[in-house]
Amino acid sequence: MKQNKLYAFLVPVISVIIALLIASVIILSVGKNPIEAYSIMIVGAFGGSEQIADTLVKMTPLLLTGLAVGFGFRAGIFNIGAEGQMTMGALLGAVVAMNIGSVPSVIAIPICIISGMIGGALWASIAGFLKAFTGAHEVITTIMLNWIAVNLSSFMVTGPLAVGSGTPKSPEIADSAKLPVVLKVQASEMSIAIFIAVVVAIIMYVYLEKTTSGYELKGVGFNPYAAEYGGISIKKSIIMTMAISGALAGMAGIVDILGVPPNRFVGELSGGRGFDGIAIALIGRNNPIGIIFAALLIAALRTGSNAMQVQAQIPDDIVSIIQGIVIFLVASERIVYSLMQLTKRKKGSAAA
Amino acid sequence: MSWIEAIFNILVNPLFYQMALLSATPLIFASIGGTFSEKTGVTNIALEGIMLMGAFISIVFTYLTGNPWIGILMAVVVGVGFTWFHAWASIRWCADQIVSGTALNIIALGLTAFLMKPIFGNEGRTDFIGRVQNVKLEFLKDVPFIGDIFYDLSPFVYLALISVLFSWILFYRTPLGLRMAAVGENPEAADTLGINVFGTRYFGVLTGSIFASLGGAFLSVGELGSFGENMIHGRGFIALAAMILGNWNPVGALLASLLFGAAEAMNLQLQSSSIISVPNTVKPLFNMLPFIITLIVVGGFVGKSRSPAADGAPYEKKA
Amino acid sequence: MESNMKENIDYSSYAVVMKDIVKQFPSVLANDKVNFFVKKGAIHALVGENGAGKSTLMNQLYGLYSPNSGEIYINGEKCKIKGPKDAIKYGIGMVHQHFMLIDNQTVYENVVLGLEPKKGVFLNRKKAKKEVKNLSEKYGLQVDIDSKIEDISVGMQQRVEILKILYRGADILIFDEPTAVLTPQETDELFEVMKLLQARGKTIIFITHKLYEVMAITEKVTVMRLGKVTGEIDTKDTNPKQLATMMVGREVLLRVEKDAPKLGKKILSVSNLWVKDNRRLNAVKGVNLEIKAGEILGIAGVAGNGQTEFVEAITGLRKAEDGKIILNGIDITNFSPLQIREQGITHIPEDRIKRGLIEEYPVYYNMILGKHEEKPFSENGFLNSRFITDYSTKLVEKYDVRPRNINMLAGNLSGGNQQKMVVARELDNTPSQPKMAVISQPTRGLDIGAIEYIHKTIISMRDKGIGILLISMELDEIFSLSDRIIVFFEGETIGEVTPDEITREEIGLMMAGSKNVFHSTERGESDETK
Repeated sequence: MKQNKLYAFLVPVISVIIALLIASVIILSVGKNPIEAYSIMIVGAFGGSEQIADTLVKMTPLLLTGLAVGFGFRAGIFNIGAEGQMTMGALLGAVVAMNIGSVPSVIAIPICIISGMIGGALWASIAGFLKAFTGAHEVITTIMLNWIAVNLSSFMVTGPLAVGSGTPKSPEIADSAKLPVVLKVQASEMSIAIFIAVVVAIIMYVYLEKTTSGYELKGVGFNPYAAEYGGISIKKSIIMTMAISGALAGMAGIVDILGVPPNRFVGELSGGRGFDGIAIALIGRNNPIGIIFAALLIAALRTGSNAMQVQAQIPDDIVSIIQGIVIFLVASERIVYSLMQLTKRKKGSAAA
Repeated sequence: MSWIEAIFNILVNPLFYQMALLSATPLIFASIGGTFSEKTGVTNIALEGIMLMGAFISIVFTYLTGNPWIGILMAVVVGVGFTWFHAWASIRWCADQIVSGTALNIIALGLTAFLMKPIFGNEGRTDFIGRVQNVKLEFLKDVPFIGDIFYDLSPFVYLALISVLFSWILFYRTPLGLRMAAVGENPEAADTLGINVFGTRYFGVLTGSIFASLGGAFLSVGELGSFGENMIHGRGFIALAAMILGNWNPVGALLASLLFGAAEAMNLQLQSSSIISVPNTVKPLFNMLPFIITLIVVGGFVGKSRSPAADGAPYEKKA
Repeated sequence: MESNMKENIDYSSYAVVMKDIVKQFPSVLANDKVNFFVKKGAIHALVGENGAGKSTLMNQLYGLYSPNSGEIYINGEKCKIKGPKDAIKYGIGMVHQHFMLIDNQTVYENVVLGLEPKKGVFLNRKKAKKEVKNLSEKYGLQVDIDSKIEDISVGMQQRVEILKILYRGADILIFDEPTAVLTPQETDELFEVMKLLQARGKTIIFITHKLYEVMAITEKVTVMRLGKVTGEIDTKDTNPKQLATMMVGREVLLRVEKDAPKLGKKILSVSNLWVKDNRRLNAVKGVNLEIKAGEILGIAGVAGNGQTEFVEAITGLRKAEDGKIILNGIDITNFSPLQIREQGITHIPEDRIKRGLIEEYPVYYNMILGKHEEKPFSENGFLNSRFITDYSTKLVEKYDVRPRNINMLAGNLSGGNQQKMVVARELDNTPSQPKMAVISQPTRGLDIGAIEYIHKTIISMRDKGIGILLISMELDEIFSLSDRIIVFFEGETIGEVTPDEITREEIGLMMAGSKNVFHSTERGESDETK
């Protein structure tokens, strides 16, 4: 038992290390120095309070999309559409936030966040209903919904919501809907969003581990036939899982507008963060607490890679490669297992 | 009713059919690629990533050698190598095939974007690099309508149609096809008959990747002559839908691809129709059309088609 | 001792010699220096309980496992069998217990698969059909060569399996529990085929745990227990009782002891029930039946005659297309599984791995599956983990689930203990006593000790006044437990009998669709007219 838990922890850690090693070969191959690159990255992510604030700001939506994907995985659903749900959550939330007027913040902020969650949940529910009632695989449907969301949001910011000239954007949201800033270092502002996200992670942990409903959802994820036999409605469970997962992704979208300047909806906003959620969920082993740390890691990679791009001219796309490799290794964790076994055996024979 | 008029005008114009055929071409390749893989029991959600690699590598080698055909050849070679990781993880290590395929998609996205700058010196989209010459069928030149569609086409279109014929014969007329189906339905039974389950699955996944790579290469060196980040634009997933709608049969995949191709062609033609003159801001709404149709098709038909029984299930040999 | 005796024997008169075979699995020594000798042209039985190591031994002969040590000789020639391909080369063929067929391919495609006749690079379908046809005529194995496997009967599927190995030129045929899915008449037909095969010079190894079959057809018996050979004997020199003792290591009660049932009021009545199968074909066609409190109603029938769909309709797992299911006066037709549980029906499913448990959950979570929403397991939406732990600990003790560790994942338990866990959960009366139990294949794959225990539990449930519907493919189980028996054939009830007024042969005829064995059908019809 103890050994299993150790492995569960070691597999993602070793996967990340292997991915970083492979990425350094790729960096070498384009004629750059990986050691230099990684040190720029570390400094860029944690080098000072501004950098740390940046990393934490980046981490907030990542933590939420990680929770969204992880929640789906726990119930046997691969929500690859966090990207689109995030966009739709941001869109709906932003529309509410623009029009909320001068309602006190204590009321305005929850209303806006909830609207964002509803936006994401509704969008995800389309895939949920399709899976529950027709068996359409969520990977295909949510990808299609991503593309539809991309087009819909670019229509909104160039059409009905457009203001000003230049890059398409919506009007700024009402001041009352902006999240309070807790830390301001030079250009970086950190709002309370990160604390909200951590609380959400803890709530999800309690829900999955302690509640009857969590027991049911996980049961469906492990063995839908047995769950059905045990009186659990599979359809209800699928739709609910999708909706909750989408709500978390939608929340990621809206807190990024309520908490981060320029506090506007700018269309296709997520920049691959929905996909980051997959890597984060897998590195965190779909455990909400693990996901907190995984989100911090990926956020640091993202912030650090910006610095790397500027200072060492290494494209920040290297982060996608690293993430892809980590996902690959966690998916085929037996590769990592046997690598561990191999090194263990070697150590054993060396000792003897 | 300007709408009906616009649609009517499009439908009687041979250009629409040519565009439908061209839009369907990458889908035909990729859906056949997916069929090869899934027939033997390995889900291949990585079609999108393999296509992206195909599009990128073919442009890179066209850029380096000046010959698009060498580009295509290298796209196939690299595509097979890239897909091997998915095959290896799925077959040898019993990986979760959906997650492993997603990993390949993300790696392809990152790797192609990452390598753009060092190779071409710019990001986003490359300049025009070069493309394969169209085939001109002289005997069709003066045939009305048909000639307008088929006279001047990319050789990829014909290659795609030949691929359909080739794979149909392979699946339904050869011992290998029988064995592939057996491995995808009941690998244990195939194993007890001395059929090499792992070998057959590698064959399915890797042969499939040849087609998916060609589908990607078509989009760059076959059509545009350049490469852009994330240029596959969800076509890998639409191809999966075409594979399902086509009931894992190459001819079915062809027909489904043509349907999706027609949706795309209709979208593009409506956007440029002079009769309804679509404003720029509304164009994104038209772009949703192929995705919405895919969504409806997947939702409406998936229960009615029968996937290979062991699709997505790793096969583990006993001790 | 056995091996010493045979040390100097000429192996060439033996079709199969397996010497000192050892096979170690991670947690169990499956074969412990096993010696197994089969004379050429013999029908040789290999018997033993589930888990005795018979299948492991045969899988090594067929190359699916490789032994840790030991030697194998085929027709006197020492050989290494690395895979089925080698086995086929040495003329060994196996009719597997779970058929190894491709459901959506035709009979002839299945037979030639892997060794297809070719014309150039193409499949020569014409030749394939002809060869299969000739083969089926030669051995009297009647099949529809153009039908898909999913459309033919279980008996015919088995004939396809036999044709497959004959097509590969097998001389040594292994039959792994071939009669488990057959009616007694089909079994007799199979025995005829086996005799014909023997007459044509084939050697047959017959794996079974049904001792009267051993007596009926074989010449020699090898008995295994706990991974070891406990005896090899000529069939004519032994009897079922002796064999049973060799198999189990102690004397076995071949019959369950029970008193006459104390019948209560009517609990369940099913009228004109129609249910469809996964392929949307009618699987249950207008079934009527009734169960009273305190009785066991057994359903006999060959697998695939609608029993599974019938059970699923009663337990809410499958839609009833037409008809009524009434429990204690309440119409529960097409209630959800949860609602049906709440009405007091408990269910032991036929496939425990697929339906009955969640392998990834620990034992304590599995002990509450289906009751998890009820107090005291759940309070205000939260699981009451203290209560669940205590409760599971008690149940594990009471129903002898081993090991006594409620934190163990259900998937890591042995099959027998998984079944005990499911039985414990379903038959326990917390939070409330069930009114009715639907019990499917309760002892499939279990050893005799566990079977005895579960049978006793079922009888004691009955004596508490619970109505029990028992479905089993083991005719013996139906005979020894049921107070009444209903036979299913092609989705209909073909008759109702009591175990002491009918023989195995008669019920076998009914299972094969014969209605006029008995006066019995009248009762079924009178139900309809009520």
